[in-house]
Amino acid sequence: MRHTISVLVENKFGVLARVSGLFSGRGFNIESLNVAPTLDPALSQMTIVTRGDDRILEQITKQLNKLINVIKVIDYSTETDYINRELVLIKVSAKAEHRAEALRIVDIFRAKVVDASHSHYTIEVTGSEGKVNGMISMLKPLGIKGIVRTGLVAMSRG
Amino acid sequence: MKLSGAEIFVECLKKEGVDTIFGYPGGVVLNIYDVLHQQREIRHILTKHEQGAVHAADGYARASGKPGVVLVTSGPGATNTVTGIATAYMDSIPLVVFTGQVPMSMIGNDAFQEADIVGITRPCTKHNYLVSDVSKLAATIKEAFHIATTGRKGPVLIDLPKDVSVNKTDFVYPSKVDLKGFKPTLHGNLQQIKRALSLMRKAERPVLFTGGGVILSGAAEELKKIAKKTWIPVTNSLMGLGGFPGDHPLFLGMPGMHGTYAANLSLQQADLIVAVGARFDDRVTGKIDAFAPKATVVHIDIDPTSIKKNVRVDIPIVGDCRNTLRELNKLIAAERGVGWKTKHKAWLEQIAQWKKERPLTYREHKGKIAPQYVVEEIYKATKGKAIITTEVGQNQMWTAQFYKFQVPRQFLTSGGLGTMGYGFPAAIGAQFACPDRVVFDIAGDGSIQMNIQELATAVQHRLPVNIAVLDNRFLGMVRQWQQLFYDCRYSSTCLTSGPDFVKLAEAYGAVGIRVARKEDVPDAIREAISIKNTVLLDFVVDREANVMPMVPAGAAIDEMIFEEKRGKKKLSSAQANKITG
Ligand SMILES: Cc1ncc(C[n+]2csc(CCOP(=O)(O)OP(=O)(O)O)c2C)c(N)n1
Repeated sequence: MRHTISVLVENKFGVLARVSGLFSGRGFNIESLNVAPTLDPALSQMTIVTRGDDRILEQITKQLNKLINVIKVIDYSTETDYINRELVLIKVSAKAEHRAEALRIVDIFRAKVVDASHSHYTIEVTGSEGKVNGMISMLKPLGIKGIVRTGLVAMSRG
Repeated sequence: MKLSGAEIFVECLKKEGVDTIFGYPGGVVLNIYDVLHQQREIRHILTKHEQGAVHAADGYARASGKPGVVLVTSGPGATNTVTGIATAYMDSIPLVVFTGQVPMSMIGNDAFQEADIVGITRPCTKHNYLVSDVSKLAATIKEAFHIATTGRKGPVLIDLPKDVSVNKTDFVYPSKVDLKGFKPTLHGNLQQIKRALSLMRKAERPVLFTGGGVILSGAAEELKKIAKKTWIPVTNSLMGLGGFPGDHPLFLGMPGMHGTYAANLSLQQADLIVAVGARFDDRVTGKIDAFAPKATVVHIDIDPTSIKKNVRVDIPIVGDCRNTLRELNKLIAAERGVGWKTKHKAWLEQIAQWKKERPLTYREHKGKIAPQYVVEEIYKATKGKAIITTEVGQNQMWTAQFYKFQVPRQFLTSGGLGTMGYGFPAAIGAQFACPDRVVFDIAGDGSIQMNIQELATAVQHRLPVNIAVLDNRFLGMVRQWQQLFYDCRYSSTCLTSGPDFVKLAEAYGAVGIRVARKEDVPDAIREAISIKNTVLLDFVVDREANVMPMVPAGAAIDEMIFEEKRGKKKLSSAQANKITG
């Protein structure tokens, strides 16, 4: 099963290597990983999307907790109420015959065109994974030249 | 007054109560060595290889219960410590390893003798540091000792750039450490302990399975109390040996691949296993799906990641073994009318039957010394009281089987990593920690050559360490597998060209004694013990003796082989030499 894990870490040299090394060293997989400082610049928040059965997930969270620089681990998949979002930049073909369709899709998904040229639009879309993937599949027939995703970030509600 | 980083290093060690460190100098640690030279409180033992230094510090730690401390230079000095660090990490041994590093301004430039030792050791240390500024040095050392010795113990590495050892700052040693991300659970949950006890009360076939955690936390007395009071038999993993007296009637011996019949059958038949500070290593469980099929499992461990890693657990208890067993003892003492002894009578009778049916034995061949006999004689001559280290291979398993360990910190062996070359430097470290104890390294002729250079260290300090080489002129354990599972194809396991160990010992200034006849074994051991110098006993043993019983890889632990299959072709040593020698 797929899990979204939030890891609060000390913002120190080498911490990312410790976390990613733990995953690679123990054969756990990382689908996406996002990391940035929190309000307190001494701390960073990581969001990791991973896969595994219950036993593996239990090991992952325990092993993360065991790292000295890790302060808190939350597996959101065990909580029902959380928000997850991803930001994606998509460079899509904007040839004359595609322009209108591209803009329509942008509109439907409440995305934004953040850069435009004679041949391409660069579209920024934010949302849950389902929404983002939906938009990508709509844009595909127009010709996607490039795509960059931040990976999921997550937060509990309330 | 301002102190240099090198001076701060020494002051911090004093504050931590360190009196002995093991190491090897080099360019970037010259300043530290210079400060060490000008003081008397900390003695520095110069080993002959950095791997030897780490194993010696590890042996010192295991024998004394104090953390071991190592100091080496950058680059090759640092990389030479890796095997020692990984060995300590797998067995949860507290070490603080200091490596020199090139100056901060040169890091990342592929400078002379630069190695990213923090990166290299990240997966085999409990934690590690690069100290970037002398103002952080004292606090980092304080944290390192705290982390190494608190919770599940382990090695911590501190990388010290040369400029950090030169630069000066005010010396303040923090009085305490507060790490947000490191708060081990030291006390087991009382409700869980009560649940465990109620299972113990109901069980008909319970077993206490205990490991290194009992030794490391000092829980052996509590364990003994529980076993005696409840009449529950005890089995110790390799790391747990010494946690329960080896000659006690409730002792089952070691379980697993080379475990006793009684221990393996008890686990397989048990309806309750109470595991304490043991991590269900694959060498213990054998085929995991077939392990202890009837048992409910209670697992007490300081490290939550050890619980439910390999086997299912019904009652997990995270906590220090000693604290938790003490709580359990209190509850047991308050119990009335359980009638433990009568409740377990049938179970203990069954176990006695297994012990009688298949005791640990070995075959002796005329005119040859059985290696197991040598271990038995060392046991007798030392009255079961020596500190015993081993190398890895048959020597290690025979020692585990035939030396009946009495107390914790008496048996020092590389269990998790299985490091050949561990035993001798560890024996040196143990002898430094316990100068009045008799110390033996029970070795194989292969393993001993992996750190043989430390003979110079032992002799320099006139350490009365004894090495008993069970000299079979084979990489015996590998040869055994080749014999049993590879149709006697002895590929690269024959050591006939090995050195003359007696001459080698003498070349180093140690005493070498060759023992080729069974009747000379007891006297030679006694003589070695009486000599106040390093002694190497070269026991010319039966070359093709095997460690039995044995659970083949992938089998359940009650599917044991007891001796070589009859009718199977067995090469004579002479033939084997011709093929591979
Ligand atoms: C550093 C290292 N290299 C290789 C091995 C694999 N290995 C395990 S036992 C063994 C043979 C050991 O031979 P010896 O020291 O002569 O002991 P014996 O088994 O004959 O008692 C080997 C090569 C190991 N455990 N450690």
